[in-house]
Amino acid sequence: MVLEGMELIAITVVIGLFFVVFKQFGAWEPLTLDESSDCELELSTVRHQPEGLEQLQVQTQFTKKELQSLYRGFKNECPSGLVDEETFKNIYSQFFPQGDATTYAHFLFNAFDMDRNGSIRFEDFVIGLSVLLRGSETEKLRWAFNLYDINKDGYITKEEMLAIMTSIYDMMGRYTSPSVRDVDPSEHVDKFFQKMDRNRDGVVTIDEFIETCQKDENIMASMQLFENVI
Amino acid sequence: MAAGVATWMPFARAAAVGWLPLAQQTMPKPPVDKTSRSDEILFVNVSGLRFQTWKNTLDRYPDTLLGSSEKEFFYNEETQEYFFDRDPEMFRHILNFFRTGKLHYPRHECIQAFEEELAFYGIIPEIIGDCCMEEYRDRKKENQERLAEDTEAENAGDAPLPPDATLRDKLWRAFENPHTSTMALVFYYVTGFFIAVSVIANVVETVPCRPLKGSIKDLPCGEKFSVGFSCLDTACVLIFSCEYLMRLYAAPSRCDFARSVMSVIDVVAILPFYIGLVMPENEEVSGAFVTLRVFRVFRIFKFSRHSQGLRILGCTLQACASELGFLLFSLTMAVIIFATVMFYAEKGTKGTTFSSIPASFWYTIVTMTTLGYGDMVPDSIAGKIFGSICSLSGVLVIALPVPVIVSNFARIYHQNQRADKMRAQQKVRQARIRMAKKGATNAFLQHKEDGGLQDGGDGDSTAFCVKNRSAFEHQHHHLLQCLEKTTNHEFTDEITYSEVCMMDSMGFRTSRSTSLSSQQGSTTTCCSRRAKRRAIRLANSTVSVSRGSVQELDTLHVTKTPVGTQYPQSRSSLNARTEDLKLNCTDYTAAIISIPTPPANSPDESLPNSPAIPGILRNSRSSTFNTQETVKISSL
Repeated sequence: MVLEGMELIAITVVIGLFFVVFKQFGAWEPLTLDESSDCELELSTVRHQPEGLEQLQVQTQFTKKELQSLYRGFKNECPSGLVDEETFKNIYSQFFPQGDATTYAHFLFNAFDMDRNGSIRFEDFVIGLSVLLRGSETEKLRWAFNLYDINKDGYITKEEMLAIMTSIYDMMGRYTSPSVRDVDPSEHVDKFFQKMDRNRDGVVTIDEFIETCQKDENIMASMQLFENVI
Repeated sequence: MAAGVATWMPFARAAAVGWLPLAQQTMPKPPVDKTSRSDEILFVNVSGLRFQTWKNTLDRYPDTLLGSSEKEFFYNEETQEYFFDRDPEMFRHILNFFRTGKLHYPRHECIQAFEEELAFYGIIPEIIGDCCMEEYRDRKKENQERLAEDTEAENAGDAPLPPDATLRDKLWRAFENPHTSTMALVFYYVTGFFIAVSVIANVVETVPCRPLKGSIKDLPCGEKFSVGFSCLDTACVLIFSCEYLMRLYAAPSRCDFARSVMSVIDVVAILPFYIGLVMPENEEVSGAFVTLRVFRVFRIFKFSRHSQGLRILGCTLQACASELGFLLFSLTMAVIIFATVMFYAEKGTKGTTFSSIPASFWYTIVTMTTLGYGDMVPDSIAGKIFGSICSLSGVLVIALPVPVIVSNFARIYHQNQRADKMRAQQKVRQARIRMAKKGATNAFLQHKEDGGLQDGGDGDSTAFCVKNRSAFEHQHHHLLQCLEKTTNHEFTDEITYSEVCMMDSMGFRTSRSTSLSSQQGSTTTCCSRRAKRRAIRLANSTVSVSRGSVQELDTLHVTKTPVGTQYPQSRSSLNARTEDLKLNCTDYTAAIISIPTPPANSPDESLPNSPAIPGILRNSRSSTFNTQETVKISSL
């Protein structure tokens, strides 16, 4: 039998329909087996339990009640026990609705996340808070230095400082008086380096930093902003 | 700001360390929080169900009742807890909102109850979480629709017309709501009858009748009885034209009426006749005229004024316009595809009926709708295969949008049914409300008779119903008395008031007060109307008796019945009323109306059977007394 044009197409269509029906019988399952196995892995969510209350009391300067209160708040917000960077950025941005706080939040995240595993556990959170709120002035300044030192090499370079400064000015947003000019961050960085960099080597070390800050009355007086936080 | 942000505040403040070394000015002093910082557990008692929660949890939302100092108003010192006299089931959801930051809408709760609870606790409904928002919105829309229907039904026109309605308003009323008056009903049925007659005439005049004598061919009845049919047609058109013109005259907004669907149908139905009158007896034009006669069939659409089902169908089709459009579009696509395929499949066959693609359209439509006339049939194998695929897919394509249309129809139909049910319920509800109002007034009037007017003293003597009165009622009655004293008028009941009105209608002039209740228009018509309109017929026989007395008073000047017989009857009716009043404290029909207190009316002590009944009854009796006297005069 000679099949012509339309008849060929018709026969092809019929054969295609046969295959569709076959699938219904489960007789032919092309390439569907691999995907089903991946689903199982996603079921287990990551969960983290913090160290015991006594250990945290030793490590931090908070009382038991304060730790309890902090943990309740933390657990309520992050039931899995871990804060990832996206969530962190979202939370911090809500305090600064006018500007863009995501860059600064990124730096903060890295400062809090001590073991650099991409998420903040309750211990990191609480230890960081303890240093900032209950620590000595030197400890606080050390923590600030750690924040500025983006690559954690022990030196603050101009580029690092500029990045930090830009992120802080970004938090202000557009509507300020007087308005933020593009050169403001770099000017501020220059002023900072003039003050901090004693030996004019272009970088600020931790000793230079702490020493200069302790001598500056403004900075010491401003330490009062940590009172009554908790 | 969202809830949990408050938890992170200490952290955000601590993170300000990063700005510290960079600051060019000194940082300001932090705020001193005088309230106790330590977290504590609060007890919240909601109608007996005790909830406990951390203080911090509630403080997360400082602009709600629970989060602000407003809750201190509900603090109970003895039990050291916050007590709310609200629904404990709902409170669970409210508290969950504080705990989790997400507000959920409980599906089994009434939407209005839920909204009221939210309003009480100071939470805006807009923050309902996404999971429940859709359900909430749907329920809310449904509820609003239902309420809108209720108010619409109220305003729709079952309410009585204001007395100053013009002829136009009355006419429009009669057209829109035929059940309001008998004339309208008659008109409604007559037009319906004539629509039917017209349509049947149109149909019958094409039926072949027996031929005239001397000819063999069957004539259509229209030509045999052409005179009769044309008379009938003319009569129907005249009636329809009259109806249309009257509706046009009565319509409150003629532009809107002229543009409405029903009026367009009316015009289209009668136009062919008038065009036929105007058109000359021309050969070519009469062909077009015949076509115009087709439009006469649109008269059948006029029935939709008479049938609610038709209106619903029309509504449904309107509502499903998009689904119908989709159906049409998908059908067109399928028709074109299959027509093309069939044409090319059948091209080889000799003598095929598939002469062109448009010719194949007919085959495709007939096959897809599973009609299968059989006038066009494919011969080749390919044609048959594609033909079968065409019919299978036709079933699917048509079946898909139909459930949507059906569900829309069901929804609209149920809405209509509900509207009817609502209207019936409204009447009952309003009757109940009226009764409740009258009950309250009666209690007050009763209280006055029982000596409430006397300041102290005789209050105990006729204290039959005093026990039943609550503190609230005492205060309410005192309030009404204050009002009476202020305006120097007194509250009275309907019957007495009607009698006073009768007095007026017979020419007795009293100093008419202007403080009539708003429901009454002119002085004379109001009372006659009141006499006719007794909305509540309780099982109180005195109503009918007093009504009888009023009516008899009404007809006095016509029949000239001796007043002597009248007097004891009305007196006895009054007595009966007082007996009733003494024993049936609450069972009494009345309405709040003010009557003037004629200064010349001296309390008549000589009336028998009234030892200790002061107050308005005396007044009313004396005024009826006057009525009797007046009547006496006028009948002589």
